[in-house]
Amino acid sequence: MTAVAIEVRGLSQYFGAVRKLNALDLDVRRNEILGIIGPARSGKSTFLCALNRLNDLVRGSRIEGTIVIDGRDIYAPDVDVVELRRKLGMVFATPVPLPRSIFENVAFGARLAGVRGRTKLDALVRDSLEKGGLWEEVKDRLATSALKLSGGQQQRLCLARILAVKPEFILLDEPTSGLDPISTMKIEDSLRKLKKDYTIILVTNNTKQAARVADRTAFFLNGDLVEVGPTAEIFTAPSDKRTDDYLRGRFG
Amino acid sequence: MKRLGPRVEQKVAQTTLWVMTLVTVGVLLFIIFFILRRGLPVLSLEFLTTNPADMGKAGGIFSTIVGMAALTALAILIAAPLGVGTAIYLTEYTWGGPVTRVIRFGAECLAGIPSIIFGLFGFILFVTKLKFGWSILSGGLTLAFMLLPTIIRTSEEAIKSVPPAYRTVSFSLGSTKWQTVTRVVLPSALPGIVTGIVLSVGRSIGETAATIFTAGSALRMPTSIFSSTRTMSVHFYILAREGISMSNAYGTAAILIIAILGINIMTYYLMNKFIRKYS
Repeated sequence: MTAVAIEVRGLSQYFGAVRKLNALDLDVRRNEILGIIGPARSGKSTFLCALNRLNDLVRGSRIEGTIVIDGRDIYAPDVDVVELRRKLGMVFATPVPLPRSIFENVAFGARLAGVRGRTKLDALVRDSLEKGGLWEEVKDRLATSALKLSGGQQQRLCLARILAVKPEFILLDEPTSGLDPISTMKIEDSLRKLKKDYTIILVTNNTKQAARVADRTAFFLNGDLVEVGPTAEIFTAPSDKRTDDYLRGRFG
Repeated sequence: MKRLGPRVEQKVAQTTLWVMTLVTVGVLLFIIFFILRRGLPVLSLEFLTTNPADMGKAGGIFSTIVGMAALTALAILIAAPLGVGTAIYLTEYTWGGPVTRVIRFGAECLAGIPSIIFGLFGFILFVTKLKFGWSILSGGLTLAFMLLPTIIRTSEEAIKSVPPAYRTVSFSLGSTKWQTVTRVVLPSALPGIVTGIVLSVGRSIGETAATIFTAGSALRMPTSIFSSTRTMSVHFYILAREGISMSNAYGTAAILIIAILGINIMTYYLMNKFIRKYS
């Protein structure tokens, strides 16, 4: 396995005539947490959704350039999009538990992937909830509705839910934007632990969060990748003035 | 004219709305009370379980209950899958282009056509052209066409009200479009879809004009879907219209009302149970 897991070259994302990403070049390294920061509407989420091809669901979506994941161009015509999305689990800004039980939420993706049998599913659900840091809180009420959980618990459920699909990558789109500091801390703890088995891309509008957990950080602005580098470097000695301005809160 | 103060205005508005509600509920209760008072004394187990005799002057209404049930069941069996399928296609599989709009507009126009026109259409197509004769089959098909627009419309609304985020999440977890539709969208939309179907059952039970043209008005017990039959509403219409037996007519009407009330109450009960289970 090479050190570079995702190789993005000249990526532009269009929706109809509107261009949201401008010729990005970016590498994601295996088992790192790559933080992506930037003001609203800078293309951070669009970038994530280009990686798992969720942008395909939007009418008029079109890309230029290439994204190569594990040596394969994911926009090649013979790519199985369903397979691809299993490989890149995604957690969204608002926790979206499906209207079913906690157990069934976690088992949802696994069932789609063809996992059958009560004992297998039981073990998988438990393992995923443990990794997501939620098991202790819900182990006695797996059959209750996931909608009854608190916001922070729901978000950890969403994390556990993608882990049950056994992805290689975890994409997080501002996962803690609606959560209290303690829930945020729990999620960040889980991410640090998960890093050893997964490659993680964390989009966040909280620059301090990137500083806390990301190995490298990329700064997006208006659909451009301004710069990317080791987190410590980006936060202490950015090479671009715009990065410095953003981190100092001069705009955004 | 002097303006009323906001407090007085509020009082007047509240009273007016209260009276409006009272009138609506009052009319409904009056109709139910009126029918039941005249119909209930006629009702007995015998009335329900014997076939009409002497044109309906004597005997019960058993064959008309069977006719109505068969016709409604057939109509729903055809219209529900077709309608729900169309609604799924329109909402989930198209981008909402001109074709979708034309289909939707067509369905809406269809909903506004008087039922007697459907009856005439069914008579020409099914009864004469396709030679099904006056039969449960002709009647069921005609009713199905009549119910389709309502079922499409209500199902579409129910499907559209499923949060888009559910779909995104389902796709992101590696589901195909069809899996998303069957495992996420439909379970969430089911209460709305079923409500539409139940409304259609009620409409089909009460329908007279479309069925008299296509299913006929034979009083004997139907033996197959090619038998002509008389539904309860048609039976009521003929008994009252030809002055055969007013008391039996009211008896039939009472059963009709009780049946529709019963179906509605049962559905809401089941729906509540379902919703509690899934949310």
